Amino acid sequence: MAALGAGTIVGTAGCSSTGGSDGGGSGGNGTADEMPSVAGETLTLTTTTSTYDTGLLDEIHTDFEEMYGVTVDAVAQGTGAALETARNGDSDIVMVHARGLEDEFMRNGYGVNRRDLMFNDFVIVGPADDPAGIEGMGSATEALTTIAEAQAPFVSRGDNSGTHTKELNLWDAAGTDPGGDWYQETGTGMGEALNVANQQGAYTLSDRGTFISQRSEIDLTILVQGPIEGGPEILANPYGVMAVNPGVHENANYDLAMAYIGWITSPGVQNAISDYQVNGEQLFFPEAVSEDPDFQQYVPEGWSSDDADA
Amino acid sequence: MPLEPVAQLAPALLDAGAGPATSLLGASFREGYVGSIVAVSLYVSLTAVALSTLVSVPAAVAIGLTDFPGKGFVKSVVNTGMGFPSVVVGLVVLFAVSNQGPLGSLELIFTREAMIMSQFVLATPPITAISLAAVSGVDDGVRDAARVLGGTRVDVALVVIKEARYGIATAVLAGFGRAISEVGSVLIVGGNITSADGISKTRTLTTAIQLEARQGRYETAMVLGAVLVALVLTVNAVVVRFGDRGVTG
Repeated sequence: MAALGAGTIVGTAGCSSTGGSDGGGSGGNGTADEMPSVAGETLTLTTTTSTYDTGLLDEIHTDFEEMYGVTVDAVAQGTGAALETARNGDSDIVMVHARGLEDEFMRNGYGVNRRDLMFNDFVIVGPADDPAGIEGMGSATEALTTIAEAQAPFVSRGDNSGTHTKELNLWDAAGTDPGGDWYQETGTGMGEALNVANQQGAYTLSDRGTFISQRSEIDLTILVQGPIEGGPEILANPYGVMAVNPGVHENANYDLAMAYIGWITSPGVQNAISDYQVNGEQLFFPEAVSEDPDFQQYVPEGWSSDDADA
Repeated sequence: MPLEPVAQLAPALLDAGAGPATSLLGASFREGYVGSIVAVSLYVSLTAVALSTLVSVPAAVAIGLTDFPGKGFVKSVVNTGMGFPSVVVGLVVLFAVSNQGPLGSLELIFTREAMIMSQFVLATPPITAISLAAVSGVDDGVRDAARVLGGTRVDVALVVIKEARYGIATAVLAGFGRAISEVGSVLIVGGNITSADGISKTRTLTTAIQLEARQGRYETAMVLGAVLVALVLTVNAVVVRFGDRGVTG
């Protein structure tokens, strides 16, 4: 059944490999678990390094795995790569933190049933002597502009991750096009980027969770706070979760993905997220449970049914 | 098989060799974690190298014992293959096994089988090339003697393999070294997955090292690196021993 569906998709895509798809069909039936219940199935979750590396998912997933008798394969990639993997039909669900990219993913039909999950925030960190003099600034864009004008070293992730996307949005909002010797793209994860910044006495944008988990090993300090500590709202870092659209990828494990979304947005698990601490500090703030309706979480930002009719 | 003892040995190695950092490491490694990534590393690399050897050695003997037009070209293709960047091989295998790819319906993405595929592609050129050099180095007189004594082509090939055994063992070890030390392709096609209780599904020593380095935990990464080196040394020692005992005589 799964192979038939895959063949249909290949056919509609006008791909020339229909024969290959048919040839692989028998093998596909051999591996597909056609069980009456979900027990024994695997849910493939692509997510970001910042959720994975903090250890949050390992902490909470055991509960889901026991509840349904399933396995969650969490694959940590950057937000861009996590969405691309899902776009190719190689994962069942995504948990990422770049609303613009999530919206594009939904608008292109790949993602359905998006929920706001949790948030933390970004902070601008740098050497304690603060050569550009940004400490305590209430505006992230002003701080970045000041760094650019001082040509103080700044380390960028440069990896199409959620943090990198946020950084580019901030430069955009600041009206500054960063470039020059002082601006370095590392193309690495947050932990490595913090280490590079630490070695070079540079500024960087970090999610608070990764910074907290690494603070004891580096000399950088928080110079501009995010909204959790009263900083500007533009540094908010919201995480969303979406199921892969089974209408696009028929092999997506949609049932289990929806079970996962229901589970992780339930009050119990939201509390568990709230209770999760590293080095004595809370890393993520749940936001799925609310008395008030929030319709924007289900659709691309700014979408309304009136637009769709036009 | 050497797989089980080594998997059990690895945590002991850590406790013995890590020195003052043990307390820090004891906190960051969960029970069974290191053993399971060692087991996955060995399973994937040894399987890939075994399959590569089954293809490469006969291919090397066939190429080495026959003359045909374009032989030089075939050799240079094989030699070029030794330099394939592992990330590129990983991407190619990813396209093949991805849901959109020709093997998509087999659902091999993020499995050990996909990792074996990419390491097979990586290990085959060095094993073929080095075996070929070893086979070509066998004295012509040995071949001729085997023929004169009435040997069939298979007999001649076996004699040549026996003469070239040290070179072939080196080839297999080179292939194993390439497979177990590469990080690019297994990260892409395997996904570096562990279960929530820290038992590896597709995480190898190299991808675990990459994960630690990504988080700036360089000391932990170094310890895993030491485990990897110890593992490669062990496998080398076992193969050399086995080669000395098993093939001579």
